[in-house]
Amino acid sequence: MGGLVSGVGLDPKTAPTFPVAAKMALGDTQLRKNVRHATDVIQAKRARVVAEMPDWQALREAGKQIRQHTMENLDFYLEEFEANCARAGGVVHWARDAEEARRIVVELVKASGSDEVIKIKSMTTEEIQLNSALEAAGIHAYETDLAELILQLGEDRPSHIVVPALHKNRHEIREIFRREMNLPELGDQPHDLADAARMFLREKFLRVKTGVSGANFLIAETGGVCIVESEGNGRMCLTLPETLITVAGIDKVIPRFQDLEVLLQLLPRSATGERMNPYNSVWTGVDAADGASLGDGPRAFHVVLMDNARTEILADEEARQTLHCIRCAACQNACPVYRQTGGHAYGSVYAGPIGAILTPQLQEMHHAQSLPYASSLCGACYEVCPVKINIPEVLIHLRNKVVKQNTAGVAGLFDVEAGAMKAMAMIFRSERRFRAAQRLGRVAESPIAGSDGWIRWLPGMLGGWTQVRDLQEMPKETFRDWWERRGRNGD
Amino acid sequence: MDSERRLNFVCECSLPSEASLRVSLFITCYNDTLFPETGKAVVRVLERLGHTVEFPAGQTCCGQMHWNTGYQAEAMPLLSRFVDQFREAEAVVAPSSSCVAMMRDHYPKMAASLEDARLIAEIDELLPKVFEFSEFLTKRLGLEDVGAYYPHRVTYHASCHGLRNLGLGDGPVRLLKAVRGIDLVELPGLEQCCGFGGTFAVKNADVSGAMLADKMAAVLETKAEACTACDNSCLMHIQGALHRQKTGVRTVHLAEILAGDEEVAR
Repeated sequence: MGGLVSGVGLDPKTAPTFPVAAKMALGDTQLRKNVRHATDVIQAKRARVVAEMPDWQALREAGKQIRQHTMENLDFYLEEFEANCARAGGVVHWARDAEEARRIVVELVKASGSDEVIKIKSMTTEEIQLNSALEAAGIHAYETDLAELILQLGEDRPSHIVVPALHKNRHEIREIFRREMNLPELGDQPHDLADAARMFLREKFLRVKTGVSGANFLIAETGGVCIVESEGNGRMCLTLPETLITVAGIDKVIPRFQDLEVLLQLLPRSATGERMNPYNSVWTGVDAADGASLGDGPRAFHVVLMDNARTEILADEEARQTLHCIRCAACQNACPVYRQTGGHAYGSVYAGPIGAILTPQLQEMHHAQSLPYASSLCGACYEVCPVKINIPEVLIHLRNKVVKQNTAGVAGLFDVEAGAMKAMAMIFRSERRFRAAQRLGRVAESPIAGSDGWIRWLPGMLGGWTQVRDLQEMPKETFRDWWERRGRNGD
Repeated sequence: MDSERRLNFVCECSLPSEASLRVSLFITCYNDTLFPETGKAVVRVLERLGHTVEFPAGQTCCGQMHWNTGYQAEAMPLLSRFVDQFREAEAVVAPSSSCVAMMRDHYPKMAASLEDARLIAEIDELLPKVFEFSEFLTKRLGLEDVGAYYPHRVTYHASCHGLRNLGLGDGPVRLLKAVRGIDLVELPGLEQCCGFGGTFAVKNADVSGAMLADKMAAVLETKAEACTACDNSCLMHIQGALHRQKTGVRTVHLAEILAGDEEVAR
């Protein structure tokens, strides 16, 4: 795979615009084949396990209600979570932004006396680029999820929320393992690769004293944290270390333990097409080693609750539903745009439709402004979303925000697209002007139309159309002219 | 076909139809300008079924392009314009599912944001009377057989707005199945977007082109002579590539197939 589409350093602040990055990704045959194959397989599995649920639509609605209710009362549930987590022996830290979250985690790791950590797959720590911050502080992080390990050893970045190395096939993975684990004889069968990863990781699980995780859900009622996973590496990271540090966005909270009944049906079926995740872990505080208990699990447990622009999203009534996301990635698998480009083109750890609405908002609309336009608004994402986030609606809302930004002030007067849009709007406000524009259009296009009535080249922005398509010349008579002629002739 | 023959024909082929309706045609801006044949076909089908067609002359555009591209302020005035033009309609028919979806999904919200109580009420009253063309036939009139004849091999592309926003389901396919002489063949990957997406086709021309390549491959696989849909926007996009590649396959709006009869074929 060419260096051009490598995800190294995925950062919305510096990433190229989506059309530019997508163009590079589209040229990578292997990448497109891998992404297509993987999303086809997951979609088929999802469709099978969703079809067997007679109450799927009711479940989706229940999921939406739980998430909506939580967001409307987020301050209350966060404080409830903090109180209950502390009661169970955990320590809750609040981080305003990525910087603060990184600093807190680095300090906590140092305080634990370790210069290494084992990590469970966590998009939140990817969002804040925690591993680089740890490295800079002299702390080495070992990713223990197979896909994350592949990315870490390959110096790559995630391209999918649930299966982050989906852009790699097993032959490419073998090359990475051969090189990085010094295993020249390694085979390319799935069990060969899994064995190699297991041997590599087992030693880390037993040695490293500090673990870092994300969270799927924070349960306000109990102060517990829930993580679901497929490989058992998560269970290892949650139980073996002496110190466990969980980093979670404030959007991850849910009110009651009972809400998991709904969410743990929706999540695995939408994410991996499984009825249930192989490993479902819920841990609550620390086990007081008072002789009455086994003294099992971590001695110290910290939760870092991170805002990082989430309260900004919460304040925007129309975009608030973005925070309902439970990170299943069903929208990515279903998205015809993502399926062509893969995840790196989005320049963010959150790719696909959810990334197109989440990423620019996490950047407070200062970066990633091309992402709300990275959609044909086909609605496949909304159709599969387990908590019914109307992604097309939010995309349109964010496009409006982008336009408002770009057309504000003097610079807006020189914006070609805005000028054209405003002119069109003026034309549509009057029948007379509309008819004049129809006539003018016919005159204007006549020099570029071929003798056969087809246009093969268009100027400026419209040139995108004629890259791969012809355009038929406008007919000599509009419908309304025909209608009037017909009325006059009385036929 | 003289009027008596037409009347007999309609009585034979249509399902229980009610008395003649006064149908207001919302042609939509791009059909008016680029696809007048579709409008003529809608008129032909509706009149053949015994209904009266009206065309409010002041109509222009529903505002979809502006709204979906982020120019909400520019779309707003088109809302009251639409209401002014169609307020008196018994039924409004538009041969474009994306324009109908624009109105159904966004007009109530737009009216609410303008805080205009009268406009909100008028939109509320008008929207249930607005139909996409195939939807009008199948859901409002309860028809499947509209007396069409079209002796060609055809495949049907379900446009995203018709499929997901309007929930047209198999309505258009049932209409096509009832067409005499047609050789209807199913399009593989029916639910996949063709990659048009309005300004998406120029803003993200490369991705749009990649999606279009998939759709074109599916169309060619059917060995159809023509690809049809309820939206000329998707068809303009698909046809653009079919023509560029000199495939010899054409696109045709569903209304133009349903307008076909022995007379047209001759």
